[in-house]
Amino acid sequence: MKAITVNNIVKTYTTKKETILAVDDVSFSVEEGEIFGLIGPDGAGKTSIFRILTTLLLADSGSANILGFDVVKNFKEIRDIIGYMPGRFSLYQDLTVEENLEFFATIFNTTIEENYNLVADIYKQLEPFKTRRAGKLSGGMKQKLALSCALIHKPKILFLDEPTTGVDPVSRKELWEMLKRLKAQGITILVSTPYMDEAKLCDRIALMQKGKILQIDTPQNVVNEFGKKLYAVRSENMFPLLMDLREFPQTENCFAFGDKHHLTLKEETFDISELEKHLITRGHSNLTIKKIEPEIEDCFMQLMKAHPNDE
Amino acid sequence: MRTLKFLLRKEFLQIFRNKLILRMIFIMPVLQLIILPFAANYEMKNILLSIVDRDHSEYSRKLINKFTSSGYFKLTNLSSSYADALNVIEEDKADLIIDIPQNFEKDLLRDSQSKIMISANAINGQTAGLAVSYSNTIIREFNNEIRTEWIQQPRLNSQPVIEITSSNWFNPRMNYKYFIVPGVLALLVTLVGFILTSLNIVKEKETGTIEQLNVSPIKKYQFILGKLIPFWILGMVVLIIGFAVSFVIYGIFPQGSFLIGFSFAGIYLIAILGFGLLTSTFAETQQQAMFIAYFFMMIFVLLGGLFAPIENMPDWAKYLTYINPVSYLIEVMRMIVLKGSGFADLAKHFGIITMFAVVLNVLAILNYKKTT
Repeated sequence: MKAITVNNIVKTYTTKKETILAVDDVSFSVEEGEIFGLIGPDGAGKTSIFRILTTLLLADSGSANILGFDVVKNFKEIRDIIGYMPGRFSLYQDLTVEENLEFFATIFNTTIEENYNLVADIYKQLEPFKTRRAGKLSGGMKQKLALSCALIHKPKILFLDEPTTGVDPVSRKELWEMLKRLKAQGITILVSTPYMDEAKLCDRIALMQKGKILQIDTPQNVVNEFGKKLYAVRSENMFPLLMDLREFPQTENCFAFGDKHHLTLKEETFDISELEKHLITRGHSNLTIKKIEPEIEDCFMQLMKAHPNDE
Repeated sequence: MRTLKFLLRKEFLQIFRNKLILRMIFIMPVLQLIILPFAANYEMKNILLSIVDRDHSEYSRKLINKFTSSGYFKLTNLSSSYADALNVIEEDKADLIIDIPQNFEKDLLRDSQSKIMISANAINGQTAGLAVSYSNTIIREFNNEIRTEWIQQPRLNSQPVIEITSSNWFNPRMNYKYFIVPGVLALLVTLVGFILTSLNIVKEKETGTIEQLNVSPIKKYQFILGKLIPFWILGMVVLIIGFAVSFVIYGIFPQGSFLIGFSFAGIYLIAILGFGLLTSTFAETQQQAMFIAYFFMMIFVLLGGLFAPIENMPDWAKYLTYINPVSYLIEVMRMIVLKGSGFADLAKHFGIITMFAVVLNVLAILNYKKTT
């Protein structure tokens, strides 16, 4: 059985001024025991999908089920088997670490002791502070506690909505290691993130933009399907370089990526030294052009270009 | 049941950890009961009096004496002209001017007729009205006295006279505090039941913890009971403190039974907690909830008969008091504390407040949704 099946879900939000299409005919499925990532920028519709799947929000049309339970008809059964960690940590700030965990255990009719092994890795780091109020914890600690609280009832499926947004790099790394361990225990994980570098840590990913899924595949396949040579270009003056690269007739796409510009060309057979000569005549010094392997972000940019916005 | 127990435990943990609110719950009834009944006193004493005596006769002195010895007035100024006295009013140093004209005594003796002018500062209409009516009474008495001085009354009145004596039932000394204290008690119970409940639930919305509860198998009734029971208990605690304070400070001990009083307050609290819950389903932030709660509290208090008697209100306002649950609690509190009314006298009130409890809670539960 599939852990999660989503069929043609549509969700719109209507305000007085306009109707916003948040989720536009989205379908995907998640296998049991996999880490599935929804990757996309803010406003891609990730949170809406999470809220629909966790029975907090009703879709306009389409259907979804979790381990065979329909999110509308069988919402009661679903609430027993899922763990949800919303993007905004929601803990009781005035209760201590231990009280928070105990409370979330008891409302799911379980105890900390019963499922301690599941949260042990994470909770061990929190234990020295267990009498501290949740509101007084650091960001990373709060987040670990939130994850512990979402896990304490041993859910079959864990929903993590942007768990690494606003978290320091060390804690981010730790969190992904934890997710791997949870996966090893057989928990299916649906995770969303706006960070492209986290995509390759998922088993499969769905790239999302403006409520639509652009592509679903393993991170490796997504990269493989890029299918173009990719060059990283640098010089002394990066901004004029970007302008010149975009004006170059052979250029297909050129995006700024940190301290480099990533470039794809229209003709694969094009001799790249021609470009170098052209750029030198345009007055660029210290020029380097290097062929590189594409990353998820390159694929995402390419897909975005291929699916122009409806606006 | 087990889940409810844990919800309640969590709620009490939070309440007891919120030291400020907890202190307020104890300090509020004590302070309000000490301050409000003294401040909200309708009896007028110390009306500031300015007198313009142009006559300086025996009669004018007698009249002035009558005013100053009545206990209602405090002579603050003697002016030689009306204009001077008016200045004193403008400076807010007097509320009332008594202008005794020249030849006051002479006219009275010669023509059996004389005139006095009373001018009141009517910025506060209530003070002005009372001051004038007190003055009228004093002048009438003065008038009667000089009449008896002149005329030897016949043994039997030539005209039939009805003599009026009045006695004040249930509050024989017309102690204003007896009237205001039960009302303040009702107000305190409302504050705790209504405002604290709605703020508490909206706080869970604001911090997002309600989402966590919504994805859990907690049932709607468990969540709602988990919120209502702690504040019901707090409301009752405040009422007990309130009764204790009013006994210690004012010696007010209910004439009627505590059992009936607390039963009524218990049902009333269920109604007002339901209203708090209903408010919280509309508000998204504590600020909104506070504003809505404040709006209703103002109406509840002003149309509740705490300060202004409902009997004095125009008809349309009277109808509004019928849908104001606070007015019933204030009335019942007064009936039990002052009059010692029993259940039979209050059956109508019990019926109405039970209806409020049912309707408000049903509305709140219908409007509370785990899914949006």
